[in-house]
Amino acid sequence: MKKPHDSPVSLSEALKAAGDLTGCFIADGQARVSLGDLVACSALDGRGDELRGMSVLVMTTDQISAAFTLCELDGVASRLVLCPPDLPQEYLPSVIASAQVDAIVTDRTDFGSDFPAVRYVMPCGRELVPRAGEGSPAQRTEWILLTSGTSGPPKLVVHTLSSLSGAIQRGAAAGERVIWSTFYDIRRYGGLQIFLRAMLTGRSLVLKGQVEPTAAFLGRVGELGVTHISGTPSHWRRALMSSAASLIDPEYIRLSGEIADQTILNQLHSFFPNARIAHAFASTEAGVAFAVNDGAAGFPTSVLDQTADVEMKIENRTLWIRSTRNATCYLNGETQRAIRNAEGFVDTGDMIELRDDRFYFVGREDGVINVGGQKVHPEEVEGVINRHPEVEMSLVRTKKNSIMGALVVADVVLKAASESMERDARKLQQEILQFCRETLSSYKVPSAVYFVPSLAIAESGKLVRRHA
Amino acid sequence: MTVRSEIVEQFTQVALEQDMQLAPLTDNLELLESGLDSLCFAVVVARLESLLGVDPFSVSEDARFPVTFGEFVKFYEEATR
Repeated sequence: MKKPHDSPVSLSEALKAAGDLTGCFIADGQARVSLGDLVACSALDGRGDELRGMSVLVMTTDQISAAFTLCELDGVASRLVLCPPDLPQEYLPSVIASAQVDAIVTDRTDFGSDFPAVRYVMPCGRELVPRAGEGSPAQRTEWILLTSGTSGPPKLVVHTLSSLSGAIQRGAAAGERVIWSTFYDIRRYGGLQIFLRAMLTGRSLVLKGQVEPTAAFLGRVGELGVTHISGTPSHWRRALMSSAASLIDPEYIRLSGEIADQTILNQLHSFFPNARIAHAFASTEAGVAFAVNDGAAGFPTSVLDQTADVEMKIENRTLWIRSTRNATCYLNGETQRAIRNAEGFVDTGDMIELRDDRFYFVGREDGVINVGGQKVHPEEVEGVINRHPEVEMSLVRTKKNSIMGALVVADVVLKAASESMERDARKLQQEILQFCRETLSSYKVPSAVYFVPSLAIAESGKLVRRHA
Repeated sequence: MTVRSEIVEQFTQVALEQDMQLAPLTDNLELLESGLDSLCFAVVVARLESLLGVDPFSVSEDARFPVTFGEFVKFYEEATR
């Protein structure tokens, strides 16, 4: 087990200790900054120290500005709250209240008078100026990641640099040329892992621009000589449907965030025969658990008891994980809600099945639908559909999909009056879908609506859900 | 309806529903240039599965994924043969 003092106090400290940073950079489609400058410069006009000891929400339009800010404020702020790019604005007040945010660092100017009320708003940008000398000693900053809630506002998951970096081997072989990239956004757990891998080991990182098309991104990844790249199976399927996929030549491909099926593993192996291909299991709450390197879907049973630093067990068909990479708790203002049980295990909610001496993920215990790595809670979608005046009730469920892993579909029971009206079913389907599109992100909108005469209700009065 | 016309109809329909600007569907058009994102493709593939009874993306463990619209049509034509 790693001892706590092995972990760096802050990102800046780790970068300074990472050795020779010559030639190492962080880049997106517009900017390229050396890691040396990243440690020495400020994206906050040299005012980062004004945020010492504060709870800071990092809300930037692009990833690279977030990266600058995280490097500058880790060890300075008491808390860094990572705002993902697609957080609906209506949830901002709840996030600010839950994380007791004192200050917002942002490059956004599109709020006008709707800007959320906080003590400080500090603009950040791509213009770097020298940092003002050494401030006070670094403190250990809490990192807050947002993950989708059952309905409405996101849940706030508390990590530390130490818990986030538990799976990262620092002091890797010197001289080994590694350039990281990821299809993920670094403001979510999967992307943050890659950002931290690059920063804590002093390696280059190529980020995707906020609106950069996949083909253009792949072109840059190829041009800059990326050696290690991660994404969800859905990201990779899209990449393989681009002629630009032939422009990249990675040594290492990492898949996570979704179940990796045999088809995508085989496709990647056939397209990149020289690359090592791994699929990893991690979650925002449980942290990084393990990676599978044998090219087959699922994972060998030996993973459960032979993974260093991570204890795993299967209980009630789901995978439970205990390690120093687990998140601390959920945060809600003064109150903290436990993520771990009394024994310190996190229930991932991911259901496991044993087939021919190998474990396979088969779905979520809570019915959460994973659409290309993004979570959809059926209850949220049902809540919207049920607001339609002609809907009696609905059941939102998963439909397996070969492009995005899964899609959302809805079974809908109409009110008696509507049924007898014998109105155009297709038109009503379109109307319900339009209703969903108006309030839900596109990946949450059902791909199909089926009208059914009834839905099964359990004795508890709840809808019967079949999740696997 | 031919496989091709069914595919054209689904591309058009999904683009309309998702409010996407669809490029003219010529055989040389790269799928990633068509104006549809991954989610749109996922919906197209799901609907084609219920219409044509096949999902070549779920069975092609060795064949390369199609890159152009023409290859996409061929992918389905071969799978339905």
